[in-house]
Amino acid sequence: MNEFFTQAILIATVASGIRLAVPLLLASLGETFGQRSGVLNLGVDGIMLLGAFGGYYTVLKTDSVWLGLLTGIGIGIILGLVSAVISVTLKAEQGISGIGIYLFGLGMSDLLFQKLVGTPRPVSSFPKLDIPGLSDIPILGEMLFQHSMIVYVAFGLVPVSMYIINRTTFGMNIRAVGENPEAADSLGVSVVRTRYLTVTIGGTLAGIAGAALAIDLGIFQQNLTNAQGFIAIALVYFGAWRPAGVMGGALLYGFVNSLVLQFKTLGIIPRSWSDIAAMAPAIITILALVLVARRFRQPAALTKPFTRGA
Amino acid sequence: MRRRHTTWLALFAALMMVLAACGDSTDDTTATDDTEASTETTAAAAEPFRIAIVAPSASNDLAFTQSIVDAVDVIKGEMGNVEVAVTDGTFVVEDAAAAIRGYASEGYDLVIAHGSQYGGSLQEIAPDFPEVSFAWGTAADTFGIANVYSYEAASDEGGYVMGVMAAALSESGTIGVVGPIEVGDAKLYVDGFAAGAVAQNPAASVNINYTGSFGDVALASEAAQAHAAAGADVMSGTAQMVVGAVGVADEQGILWFGTQANQTSLAPDIVVASQVYHWEVILRDIISNLQSGKLGGEIYSINLANGGEVIEYNPAYALPDDVKQLAEDTIAGIVDGSISTGG
Repeated sequence: MNEFFTQAILIATVASGIRLAVPLLLASLGETFGQRSGVLNLGVDGIMLLGAFGGYYTVLKTDSVWLGLLTGIGIGIILGLVSAVISVTLKAEQGISGIGIYLFGLGMSDLLFQKLVGTPRPVSSFPKLDIPGLSDIPILGEMLFQHSMIVYVAFGLVPVSMYIINRTTFGMNIRAVGENPEAADSLGVSVVRTRYLTVTIGGTLAGIAGAALAIDLGIFQQNLTNAQGFIAIALVYFGAWRPAGVMGGALLYGFVNSLVLQFKTLGIIPRSWSDIAAMAPAIITILALVLVARRFRQPAALTKPFTRGA
Repeated sequence: MRRRHTTWLALFAALMMVLAACGDSTDDTTATDDTEASTETTAAAAEPFRIAIVAPSASNDLAFTQSIVDAVDVIKGEMGNVEVAVTDGTFVVEDAAAAIRGYASEGYDLVIAHGSQYGGSLQEIAPDFPEVSFAWGTAADTFGIANVYSYEAASDEGGYVMGVMAAALSESGTIGVVGPIEVGDAKLYVDGFAAGAVAQNPAASVNINYTGSFGDVALASEAAQAHAAAGADVMSGTAQMVVGAVGVADEQGILWFGTQANQTSLAPDIVVASQVYHWEVILRDIISNLQSGKLGGEIYSINLANGGEVIEYNPAYALPDDVKQLAEDTIAGIVDGSISTGG
């Protein structure tokens, strides 16, 4: 255990936890918008996968990580709109239609990868961005302020989301539509427009999450996300539909993962316990979900399509 | 109004399913194209020899699945009149079972079930198709069924050789290994690698990290980061998710040893060598058995001695002569039995 408490290992473990949290944080922040307005999008993982492939392929062809990120955004917007058409306009059963989007993303990203790329080929990753001043702080600077740009963007989006949801008219509309769409509608708030916007924001952030994952790893592979999109949805419940809570959940999941990896590497967790330890992040997150989230109520209109006068 | 929505939804759902299905069985389409092409050219010739592969990950994973697909391609090149069909990405055993049964009922001569997890299904399917030969790996059990061959890789042998090289090249004496789950081929390889490293340098510390997943690239990448933080300057790993670990090794200038397929293309600067599987060595035996009417009942193994396992060096990496000599001596020792991999 002593070997764990060395400066280098502690720094690496915290930095690793933060990196692991980023795709989850981006995707679950997006999903928070949708769910606060009453739309559950189970297709997050599919959108992430297509965003990941699109971002990866763009970097492979252009060698520009920024164009790659832009492609992820574009794919996210398109699939967010498709999700909105299905769940808002067509009023599909949200628990099922999202799975359709997921299967589409899973199959399509693999198909495109096999046809256009074939064998995994590495691409450039995001450059590291040391925050001037802050990155020089001993230990803390290395843990928190020597990451790639996308890490700061992800965490920067937390206060932005809080502000939008809690302090703007748009945010008030989102909450109204998610709690009582009939009342919001009677006051002249367009339920359809609000939900289109939130679901598209959700898709966009899922697309960014996927592209960030692929570009940060510098590689694509069949089912690259390994169901991170579903974990992101669980984190929205964990975070009680609040951006700060969602961030807490993503960090908890990331840190438990990085701690387990580090303990395994150092032999603190014996190899015979390896497979059980691999489940720790999921189990701890579920326990926390049970303990924390039940104190909060989900948006009253979540998963309920809105029909005027129904 | 409601009805129109339902129709659109039904159409959309159907489209999803078609696309999802396409993604899973990409190579089926290629295979069919091949078939058509070869049928045209050899219309008058004899019936083609038909081989089907069912495998868990992607055909081009630079790892487990690619090793069998490449081997069958070699066989196709040698025999000429061969028709190949591949269903890859069948992590779900039920899907694999359906594909295996499908190929068997279409009368393929040899159906290769490339995954130890497919054993249970094969045990049920094979007796229903006594005319079809099945090959199952990696495993060392034919269930006593007359039309089942099994095959495995002595991956501990190549692992041992690379462990020896890793310990000889490591300056810090710390070596990191990234594995999926401690079973089968992965366990054999990792144990062999660790044994080789310790045999070369008894003071070496070999840190082994089984991430718990064959597919989680991000986790493999962070496992490699953990190894780097613990001071590893040489790493290895097995299964398809290691592409994430190779990326980290490349970024940090840590040497890498690959297995299952040649991983040099992933990071030409730091990949020292790869243990490559050449299943064609045993496929040749299986096919010649088949042609003389013996449809199963034997257990095959690829190893360094029969040429089914080959250590391929990265020509772009300047491997010191003494280390290369050490590797060649170790290979010779394993082949003549004077070195035991401990497995």
